[in-house]
Amino acid sequence: MSDILVSEQSASGPGGSGRPSGRLLEVDDLRVEFRTRDGVAKVINGVTYHVDAGETLAVLGESGSGKSVTAQTIMGILDTPPGFVTGGQVRFHGKDMLRMSDEERRRIRGEGIAMIFQDALSALNPVFTVGFQIAEQFRVRRGMGRAEAKKRAIDMLDQVKIPNAKGRFNNYPHQFSGGMRQRAMIAMSLALDPEVLIADEPTTALDVTVQAQIMDLLAELQRERQMGMILITHDLGVVADVADRIAVMYAGRIVEEADVYDLYAKPAHPYTMGLIESIPRLDEKGQQLRTIKGLPPNLMNIPPGCPFNPRCPMAQPVCRETIPPLLQVGNARASACHFAEELVNRV
Amino acid sequence: MSDPSTASIVSTPGAHPTDSAAPATAGQPQSNEKPRGLLADAWRDLRRKPLFWISATLIVLFLLMAAFPALFAPGGDPETGALSRSLNKPSAEGWFGYDVQGRDVYARVIYGARASIQVAVLSVLGTLLIGGTMGIISGYRGGWVDALLSRIADVFFGLPFVLGAIVILTTFNGSGSGNSKNKIMGLVTASLIVLSWPVVMRLMRSSVLSTKEADYIVAARALGAGTGRIILKHLLPNCLAPLLVYGTIMVGSFIGAEATLSFLGVGLKSPVVSWGIMISDGQQFVRVAPGLVFFPAAFLVTAVLSFVMLGEAVREALDPKLR
Amino acid sequence: MSENILEVRDLVKHYPVTQGVVFKKTVGQVKAVDGVSFGLRAGETLGVVGESGCGKSTLARVLMNLEKPTEGSVVYKGQDISTLSGGALRRLRRQIQLVMQDPYTSLNPRMTVGDLLGEPFEIHPEVAPKGSRRAKVRELLDLVGLNPEHINRYPHQFSGGQRQRIGIARALALEQLQGEFGLSYVFIAHDLSVVRHLSDRVAVMYLGKIVEIGTEDEIYERPTHPYTQALLSAVPVPDPTQRNNKTIIRLTGDVPSPISPPSGCRFRTRCWKAQDVCAEQVPLLEIRQGSDHPSACHFAEKREIVATHEV
Repeated sequence: MSDILVSEQSASGPGGSGRPSGRLLEVDDLRVEFRTRDGVAKVINGVTYHVDAGETLAVLGESGSGKSVTAQTIMGILDTPPGFVTGGQVRFHGKDMLRMSDEERRRIRGEGIAMIFQDALSALNPVFTVGFQIAEQFRVRRGMGRAEAKKRAIDMLDQVKIPNAKGRFNNYPHQFSGGMRQRAMIAMSLALDPEVLIADEPTTALDVTVQAQIMDLLAELQRERQMGMILITHDLGVVADVADRIAVMYAGRIVEEADVYDLYAKPAHPYTMGLIESIPRLDEKGQQLRTIKGLPPNLMNIPPGCPFNPRCPMAQPVCRETIPPLLQVGNARASACHFAEELVNRV
Repeated sequence: MSDPSTASIVSTPGAHPTDSAAPATAGQPQSNEKPRGLLADAWRDLRRKPLFWISATLIVLFLLMAAFPALFAPGGDPETGALSRSLNKPSAEGWFGYDVQGRDVYARVIYGARASIQVAVLSVLGTLLIGGTMGIISGYRGGWVDALLSRIADVFFGLPFVLGAIVILTTFNGSGSGNSKNKIMGLVTASLIVLSWPVVMRLMRSSVLSTKEADYIVAARALGAGTGRIILKHLLPNCLAPLLVYGTIMVGSFIGAEATLSFLGVGLKSPVVSWGIMISDGQQFVRVAPGLVFFPAAFLVTAVLSFVMLGEAVREALDPKLR
Repeated sequence: MSENILEVRDLVKHYPVTQGVVFKKTVGQVKAVDGVSFGLRAGETLGVVGESGCGKSTLARVLMNLEKPTEGSVVYKGQDISTLSGGALRRLRRQIQLVMQDPYTSLNPRMTVGDLLGEPFEIHPEVAPKGSRRAKVRELLDLVGLNPEHINRYPHQFSGGQRQRIGIARALALEQLQGEFGLSYVFIAHDLSVVRHLSDRVAVMYLGKIVEIGTEDEIYERPTHPYTQALLSAVPVPDPTQRNNKTIIRLTGDVPSPISPPSGCRFRTRCWKAQDVCAEQVPLLEIRQGSDHPSACHFAEKREIVATHEV
């Protein structure tokens, strides 16, 4: 379906490579900075990733790594000011969204790319019923009548497995439990049948049993609809079950990208290694609680060389001088570490 | 932690001395950084803010003016004038011109700072102290203490401000009462406090109520911390911000309130000089001599703005998340 | 292990639900804690686990005598804690340390890490003389794997995991008393994996009741209550190779309201094993056939959920 669109691809803008490809959604060398009274924070420093139909990409990172800002830029909901895109492209079906008119972008939002957030309570409008908010989309964007829109909205609530969807249609967000609200938000974002779903920490605020339900639901819907899904999270545990590929972000850069099995089996970046080692595991006994020493860098003053070097146990003099580029290591994986080969080839 | 809001991304360079300055040694324990507290950190932060320095300088200037008016207007006399100079325009001798009775407006503005600022600052301090304490007690203790204090506050809150002040001041400061200058200022201050503390109390009470349920308060209590420690170390720092903001706004409105009371004839009276009295006197001549209103008003606005800016700067400095 | 220093007997804490402003009318009771009994031994760490609304925080407050129980008693060294005051209460609060796991709300946002970790010493000055406190704080930071340089940072500058460690470091501050006085910990948590690493015994709570209690091994390796099993199965395992060969139990529906909990077993509305008896009889927390530790299920049965391996 994307072939026609790719041929329409406009000339490449500054920063992005602009090469045509059959990708569904591509972020290409994206750069974003936050200009504040106290200075300029370089929040995203050349992020490149893509997601295709039917696959789930997990974007992993600590707070401040730029994972959510990238998503906000894709959706076009970045607060400007203070946030400014200073380079790169975000291509949807090969077309750079950053150069589209507001009207074009608005059309993509919801129908092309939709997003769900961590806090469903504040993402839903408290003064309208949940059903109304979903039906509204069908009426405004699809021009349906009241009755039909309601029918479709109930159908959506059914699809996200809200019991007694018909009876729940007239409930307000506060009458839903945390898990139900998250389901309602998923229903709302999937109403217009988007090709890409961005889920920003969708289960962080939920209890474990509810978290498991929501992750199952998201995985199931993604499979059924063959959507591309970008799952943004800080939790390596949550993504192990659902992700196909994982991109690890640190200080506004992708430091490692790999197939989910490869990444857990043999991380090719010391940061990923630290993240995996510091998860307290339920199935392991007698393990010490480990943590990556130190704090993420101040984005107004990122250290020279590899941004991870002050916290890295294997840092060498070269790491303090040269920024390691994200390079292919082995088969279908990439790492931004000077010693990636050694890490991958270790026994 | 999920959303890298600007607050968490944008931390100031000064707060990360070790990350940026010594990447080579970071990661190894270093024992040279002295532990600091919230106040020390707030001060470090304030020192780097131009907004703080501008407002603090202005406030110091106003305070000096209030304390030593003669320094600013040497030889000026705010009280006696010559009718021959009535409503004269600004000139080399009288920079701001002369009022209807021929008094030097510049000298009066300078000398007026004392009454205006003293009344406003003292009333605000009193209001914050009384309202804040009552708010903490009723929020923290709860139960019947809260019910009692809240109802008392409601009674005072129900009194219309101007009417209440008129009643209080005509009782104690009616025409003919030969109160001294200081006594009148004291009475005006007291009536402003009496009529304003309930607002502060409500503000404080609601922030105490929401804060005292926080896990960290429970944790501190479980650790064995006493009431005093919990209030001073845990509640107060987390409840202070709205109070500070309101306090700085109050300084301005109290200067205005003092002027209103003077205008109604129950507040400060001539020969006491205050910006409020000058503005209310001058407004009759605003067409012939706009300076009579303009100069005291300009001082008043500047003073109010300085306090508001200072409050804003202090509030930001006290919130580690904004640093 | 030594004998119990804390005995909790049939503890109940209800909060009235009121309507009206002037004439308050009680329209119901939130049964936050509804009949909980257990013993805490000197020197032991007890993890209390459950999802939001299970009553674990209320239980903690009552244990620390921050709230009075509606019914039942908490006995500390033979004395009901509601009669304790002053020095005796301080001793209780020193000997039994409460650790709350939630890393977002349990640290005062306006205190530096140095202040947070120094607070236990300020409250119990006999543990460390003034001069040695700074060194102690650094030691604690190092102990939990945080950089002692970050003594002047505020909680929000740390990641969730790191904040959790600050909370743990704070509890460890008085640890040297553990040998000396038999210091005990009550660790309130929703994260089963962290609890496993820190606790000797674990109590699992659901809707105001303990559904299962036992040693770390008993709960994690031989869980017998369906809720514990579901809870364990819901914890994500950070290992994609386990995707297809782990036990998956997914609960449906929501936790019922604690104002009107289900009759009989409170978990029956979401339980796949529920029979008629579950609606009629409240299952007692006791050792049953098929369980080597107390479990409050009529059909308690061992089931391995997580394959544990030593590291």
